[in-house]
Amino acid sequence: MSGALASEPLRQFLQAARSAGIRVSAAEGIDAARAVQVVGYGDRMVLKDALSLVLAKTPEEKDLFDEAFDLYFRRDDLARNDERDIDPEARITQSGFGGEGLGGGGGRSLAQMLLDDDRAALASTMEAAARDSGIQNIRFFTQRNLYTRRILDRMGLRQAERDMDALRKDGDQTTAKHLENRIEALRDQARDLVERNLLLFARGETEKFREELLRSARLTNLERRDLERMRVLVRAMAKRLAARYAKTRRRRLRGHLDVRRTLRKNMGWGGIPFVTVWKQKRIEKPRVMVLCDVSGSVAAMAQFLLMFLYALNEALKDIRSFAFAGSLIEVSDILESEPIEVAIAKIMQSIGFGSSNYGNSLADFEDGWERYVTSKTTIIILGDARGNRTDPRTDIMQRMSQRAKRIIWLNPEFRAAWGTGDSDMFRYAPYCNVVTVCNTLRHLERVVTDLLKDAA
Amino acid sequence: MPDAGVAPAGTAARKFGSIEGVEHSLASVGYIPSRQIATAVYLAQHLEKPILVEGPAGVGKTELAKSVATCLELPLIRMQCYEGLDEAKALYEWKYGKQLLYTQILKDKIGDVLGGEETLPSALNKLHQFGDIFFSQQFLEPRPLLRALQQPGGSVLLIDEIDKSDQEFEAFLLEILSDYQVTIPEIGSIHAIRTPVVLLTSNSTRDLGDALKRRCLHLHIGFPDAKLEGRIIQARVPGIETDLRRELVAFVQQLRSLDLKKVPSVSETIDWARVLVLLHAASLDAELVQDTLNVLLKFEADIEVANKQIATLTQKAKQEAGLPI
Repeated sequence: MSGALASEPLRQFLQAARSAGIRVSAAEGIDAARAVQVVGYGDRMVLKDALSLVLAKTPEEKDLFDEAFDLYFRRDDLARNDERDIDPEARITQSGFGGEGLGGGGGRSLAQMLLDDDRAALASTMEAAARDSGIQNIRFFTQRNLYTRRILDRMGLRQAERDMDALRKDGDQTTAKHLENRIEALRDQARDLVERNLLLFARGETEKFREELLRSARLTNLERRDLERMRVLVRAMAKRLAARYAKTRRRRLRGHLDVRRTLRKNMGWGGIPFVTVWKQKRIEKPRVMVLCDVSGSVAAMAQFLLMFLYALNEALKDIRSFAFAGSLIEVSDILESEPIEVAIAKIMQSIGFGSSNYGNSLADFEDGWERYVTSKTTIIILGDARGNRTDPRTDIMQRMSQRAKRIIWLNPEFRAAWGTGDSDMFRYAPYCNVVTVCNTLRHLERVVTDLLKDAA
Repeated sequence: MPDAGVAPAGTAARKFGSIEGVEHSLASVGYIPSRQIATAVYLAQHLEKPILVEGPAGVGKTELAKSVATCLELPLIRMQCYEGLDEAKALYEWKYGKQLLYTQILKDKIGDVLGGEETLPSALNKLHQFGDIFFSQQFLEPRPLLRALQQPGGSVLLIDEIDKSDQEFEAFLLEILSDYQVTIPEIGSIHAIRTPVVLLTSNSTRDLGDALKRRCLHLHIGFPDAKLEGRIIQARVPGIETDLRRELVAFVQQLRSLDLKKVPSVSETIDWARVLVLLHAASLDAELVQDTLNVLLKFEADIEVANKQIATLTQKAKQEAGLPI
């Protein structure tokens, strides 16, 4: 592959595509370059189809791609008004870079171009100036004015303004006024260009920043508009974890011949061992029972924990989930049959938002489901352990901890608040294997990772 | 096109020489492609890359592969994926029976062969001088993937419903998709004689791995618009009246906008068109639609939803068909 392959417009478009959230690997970049070589820049629709085939690999990415493509290639449609047949590559080399850009459009001054209303020349000069000022490095919207200023400077705005003053002095008021209007229009165009570029190149950056923020934001403080984004994040996290731990599930132990099964397998040809069978170590998927407090403040947290666990379905063997406030019910069926958003609303309706009674709920659990707890079960309890001064029934906790493999307690409150007021956290703590603060997505990920790791 | 890989020779170059060429050739065998599909086939031909086709069931994913094969006059080798598919069924297997026979023969002949050797080391030495044919091409039973590589004139390889296979199997496909070769541990790597045209289809029941996607052109086929669907019906059901065709396409397009469990796909539209032709229908009316709706909709609940609106939908379809499509 020669250097000519990665032509400038394509290279920049790839950058724009990446910032729009499409994952473009280096190999796909090369494919894109080869595809462009095959189809050329001539037909926009064909180019779009071809690049879409090579770069966007999911329906979501296809949408993002369409958006980015239109945004990116719209800007040189501006300049193409008059030079439709010249491809962008040629045009860019024509208008040149750096110093030449100042006097682009055939060496005329900016004022001259403005007065002539030579749009093609203006657009290409502006494009060159933009490139020259490093517009693709724009990241934040606060930089808009800076870049607009830079572009206009490079286009020779100061000289044009001096020209305007000169015209005024010479008494040619109408031309001066004319030029002033044109300069104003040019400013608008430059601002427009910068904003388009901001959209193109900076979106990924802001998106990343926002996601980073969300990962460590307290889940109880989330705003409604962030929920959708959070769901995407949770799913992505869960998928990553599931993929990582699905691999370790069945580990081959080459070196230990399973004599019995080898003989059995080769019975067909008189016991001559053509096919060897090796001993395999199967790794148990963790069985999980989740008890979620859905009263008031803890509810938001519960929503994400459940979402997380259900997204992990592949890596976990069976999950049974229970919701409690004043009393406890099993909610596994609802969660399995309905999409998570609907399910959670349903659960909240049937039991949520009451005041919690931990003792009562634990008793319900013991009566109904204790017998399903085996030595392989991990019990996760999510709650603030605030039972409104009711009997905490630690005796049930003790029995549960004897039966189960382990009990993990996730508390959305900070450690300092444990044991204050009606919190029974320290009463329950002795019977739990792990008690930890858990109120951000990052905490959740850590807990679930540990859960999977211990099983492996 | 320099550098765009080996130029596809013969039929392929003649028929798939341009995007329009692809469109025409596919149309000539009864497959009306959208522009995206034609571009994908054209690019795949020139970049020598597999195409991963995704989309809802019944939009013609498998049909595309069949049509490409007919078009290029190449054998179509189809591999249906399912859970538990492994390399013994997909790539190759040893002919155990024959290997067994071979060892029997060897046992009988071994005395003659080793004949005069007196000591064990010298006998072993002699044994080593024979070619080791126990694991060789002769005892190899080629399965679809290997067969596709071994076709002397090239082939069209269709890996159908890749999303049904296990994740491990996907990884195993990577070698064949990027280098058009497979590795058999006992023999070594086997290269394709002629690079096959590879199409993979998926109904997206699970997300495919990035590694697989990276190696393929990704084509998403959705439901066609009315114009394209009309052309498809025309090509597939030639006996149909123009008016009826417009009406039924307009009807199906509307049906797709309803909230259904499974919206009718192109294959169902074709089936319906055939049924209507068989019934000698000249135009749609509510009663006819009601009687034949089960061809289009496959769930009881869906039929119920649609039944309520048949009159309005038929009316609208007639109106729309009145306009030039």
